Amino acid sequence: MSSAELTNTDSDWKLPSQRKVGMICLILTESALFTIFVVAYVWYMGKSLNGPFPKEVLHIPWLASIALFGSSFTVTIAEKFLHKGNRALFHVWWLVTIALGAYFVYFTGAEWYHLIYKENLTISTNVFGSTFYSLVGLHASHVIVGLILLSIVVISSFRGKLDPGHSEHVEMIAWYWHFVDAIWVVVLTLVYFISVNY
Amino acid sequence: MASDTIVDPDFKVPAPERVGEEGKTWSHVIQNLVFTVDHKKLGLMYIGSGLLFFVVAGIMATFIRIQLFFPRSTFLDPDVFNRFFTMHGTAMVFLVGMPMIFGFANYLIPIMIGTRDMAYPRLNAFGFWVFFFSGLLLYFSYFGAPGLYNAGSAPDVGWFAYSPLTAKAFSRGHSTDYWTLAILLGGIGSLATSINILVTTFCLRCKGMTLGRMPLFVWLFVVVAFLVIIALPPLSACQIMLTLDRYLGAKFFDTQAGGDAVLWQHFFWIFGHPEVYILILPGFAIANEVIPVFSRKPIFGYPIMVAATVMIAFISLGVWAHHMFAVGMTSLGNTFFAISTMVIAVPTGIKIFNWLGTMWGGKLHFDLPMVFCLAFLFQFLIAGLTGVMLAVVPFDWQLTDSYFVVAHFHYVLIGALLYTLFAGIYYWYPKAFGRMLDRKLGFWHFWLFTIGFHLTFFPQHISGFLGMPRRIFTYEAGRGWEIWNQLSTIGVIIQIPGILFFVYNLIYSYYKGEVAGDDPWDAWTLEWATTSPPPEYNFEKLPEVRSRRPLWDLKHPDDPDWKFE
Repeated sequence: MSSAELTNTDSDWKLPSQRKVGMICLILTESALFTIFVVAYVWYMGKSLNGPFPKEVLHIPWLASIALFGSSFTVTIAEKFLHKGNRALFHVWWLVTIALGAYFVYFTGAEWYHLIYKENLTISTNVFGSTFYSLVGLHASHVIVGLILLSIVVISSFRGKLDPGHSEHVEMIAWYWHFVDAIWVVVLTLVYFISVNY
Repeated sequence: MASDTIVDPDFKVPAPERVGEEGKTWSHVIQNLVFTVDHKKLGLMYIGSGLLFFVVAGIMATFIRIQLFFPRSTFLDPDVFNRFFTMHGTAMVFLVGMPMIFGFANYLIPIMIGTRDMAYPRLNAFGFWVFFFSGLLLYFSYFGAPGLYNAGSAPDVGWFAYSPLTAKAFSRGHSTDYWTLAILLGGIGSLATSINILVTTFCLRCKGMTLGRMPLFVWLFVVVAFLVIIALPPLSACQIMLTLDRYLGAKFFDTQAGGDAVLWQHFFWIFGHPEVYILILPGFAIANEVIPVFSRKPIFGYPIMVAATVMIAFISLGVWAHHMFAVGMTSLGNTFFAISTMVIAVPTGIKIFNWLGTMWGGKLHFDLPMVFCLAFLFQFLIAGLTGVMLAVVPFDWQLTDSYFVVAHFHYVLIGALLYTLFAGIYYWYPKAFGRMLDRKLGFWHFWLFTIGFHLTFFPQHISGFLGMPRRIFTYEAGRGWEIWNQLSTIGVIIQIPGILFFVYNLIYSYYKGEVAGDDPWDAWTLEWATTSPPPEYNFEKLPEVRSRRPLWDLKHPDDPDWKFE
């Protein structure tokens, strides 16, 4: 096509960023997946025929929740320092984020250990066990994936492979981390605040 | 563009260079296909493997029809029959429908929006191979499923695998596990491809290709991709739950432990009904390209077409329980899902009228793509009407799970989807391979298949009215069902040569077809601006567009579209 014929007024032709659109789509589809597990949990709330029941075994995980929500703030602070070019503080805050996330995973592990060995609640005990382990486990597996992504960033930064051109990559990983946090708002409210009445 | 209009009897157009012919030997060809990340090759591989599974699943359908020819027939054993209808349904939806539509999307979207490849070429290849191996995994169940229990063979729980049929107690061996894992895997491939489609269309459009100038084909695939990423995860989620039930003893669908078999139905149909629109909207997409070109008019009501598509997608997420009227829901639930189902006929009707409006006063060219699209319009109308009938709850109570339903969805999936896929193949084959499909063979295909199709599926409406349930492996004589079943089977016997003509045509025209040139249909979208077949990079210089019909502007500089849009 000859460009003279089709000379356009829109010389400032701008398109959205591939990474952002891709990440939004991924978050959308993951949200749909979580929705179904959440619906299953709601559907079976109070339907277990035998114990243990949520009100007997669940305790509100204050500390782990504060850690996970806090990690959303620390990751934002870390990003700020990356933009300013302050690598040292970026590393500090990024590692704090990883530590908070890791504490959350540790908490889930300890909680599950307690539930399985002390309370005798497994995935096959009752419908509460099935829906609880699948929903919380799905979330925890996303936290683990998030931790791997966060670690990749900090390791490549230590090895000098993280350029200023990668700021959008880092931002996308932060987006994913915020998404994992947002899911925890739903899971915490549903599982630990609402379902403990049953 | 003008070069191929000069008539020179001595001039022989060089045979087009084509996909897969770069290597000299078979190992080169296979290596080429395995390593490729080119959207065009992957698109053709999707369509090719879709056709392969189509033939396999079609043979199973043929056996089903032969079994039902006579009452009390013993041609197939009941358990073999159950496997055949399960594998037929599962394969036709997940291994034929899905790859065919993704094949068209892959091949055409990057060219239509004027770019060089999909946004994530390697993810694209990943999506294809995951789909392909999920298909092999499903069919491997014939060998692998007996397992240690030595029970069962291929899956036999129906394509929607209602619980508790799939519980460990009722489905011994591994057949259901093969079904579950194959679908979970195929779902991952579909999600990857859909995200790829969305990112490609939003982020890689050529200069001037605003959303309002995109070909409707691309628009519809954007909507389809959105539907896939929202509606497919429920399917994956319920497959995960089923796997947990079967392997870890979870109680999701175990009614004896407080689980709920109906929940499976809800989850499956939350996916299952949007899936119908995921499959049919690409059919509309092809009709949107073919009908204007062969009516020599731009599409009627472009913005309304987009709006109607978005409406269909939106409403389709809220109609799923019309598959479950017979389960026993509250009357509020029944009413809601009946009304939402009827409402979806409104945007669909708008589309049909817009296609008629496109043809109205146009100069119709009855070439093969157009002929298939015309048949599609009639057949889709019948499918839509029976669909509205089934949305009426008392009517559905009477006819659900009868052959009337079978007839209804085959009119949708064959009469509408497959016909538009055929139209698309006849329309874009010259672009992909540089040669036209043979017209005479094509008309043989059309007429044999159309006569056979109606003879097969129209009588099923009647046997449904007469009370014949679906999925029964045989029936007693004297219920008035024989003649309709026999007509159905004869219809299949007429369809088969139609398909053979089609397959032969694909191979024959690849070598002997008339050389097509860049733009054999005098069309208007960007794929016709490049060579046939397009080079790996699609365009030497990325195009710029100023209207919805960039090639019209180029061919008619005195009367371009952009002056009026």
